[in-house]
Amino acid sequence: MTGAGDFWAMGGYAAFVWPAYAITLAALVLLLVTALRAQRQAERALAMLEGARGRRHARASSDKPAGDLA
Amino acid sequence: MHRYANPARFLRIVTAVLPWSAGASAVLLPVGFYLALLGSPPDYQQGDTVRIMYVHVPAAWMAMSIYSLMAASSAVALVWRHPVAELVTKAAAPIGAVFTAVCLITGSLWGEPMWGTWWVWDARLTSVLVLEFLYLGYIALVNAFDDATRGARAGAVLVLVGFVNVPIIKFSVDWWNTLHQPASIMRLGGPTIDIHMLAPLLVMALGFTSFFVTVLILRVRAELTLRKLRVLRLAQATA
Repeated sequence: MTGAGDFWAMGGYAAFVWPAYAITLAALVLLLVTALRAQRQAERALAMLEGARGRRHARASSDKPAGDLA
Repeated sequence: MHRYANPARFLRIVTAVLPWSAGASAVLLPVGFYLALLGSPPDYQQGDTVRIMYVHVPAAWMAMSIYSLMAASSAVALVWRHPVAELVTKAAAPIGAVFTAVCLITGSLWGEPMWGTWWVWDARLTSVLVLEFLYLGYIALVNAFDDATRGARAGAVLVLVGFVNVPIIKFSVDWWNTLHQPASIMRLGGPTIDIHMLAPLLVMALGFTSFFVTVLILRVRAELTLRKLRVLRLAQATA
């Protein structure tokens, strides 16, 4: 291997070697991005539900006499 | 084993592992790609196409080991009814499907210049294609149930039945005539591959493994959160 041109040429097999690496890299990126997104979405949904519960609890307890807050 | 069935404890453990597996991937994968593309020689017969091996073979190892992990966690889920084991199986499946697809596509890209064909219906290639369908079938089956527990149970049975395919893949190159070369690393009598080609292969395999662990932890955490969400919704609906 003497220069950058040789490197990209891959001994004449550039059309096979580079797609193989591109697909591998794309697959790794896809796996990471979808995993991070799944986690963010799940946490957001949970936060929303807990927020709604919190509000309802607060409303429910404000309807009751002050002594019942606990 | 039962100690890890507690979701809270399991979550603590995997959260402690996560920075290490992520760090290992961040080091191993760039080193692996460097060794594979620049730091290793072309093959005397296959030229530079041999570099496809450094992504193809580790992807194939991942495809089989992820399925084996799913079979083990499915067995645990069926026998002891551990919710965490069900979530691990479910979280691992898409990762295994992607690695199997990478294995099939890179293999095809290697087959065309070296064998003169993109695809051949021989035992090795066909059994790996069956593995891909097992992954996809599992994902479809688990998501086809409204009740997540029933879906996970049906999926666990499918994974265990399909496990018969894993030894078939491994030994297919010995049992049947094929274009595919036989094992040169995991064989009795030790590897038959030169150290300059073994090094990038092993670094890449370790990088893929640590990357898998990282993504698996992220997905299991998401599944645990969704499970909590389901429990809360159910409590709300019955309250």
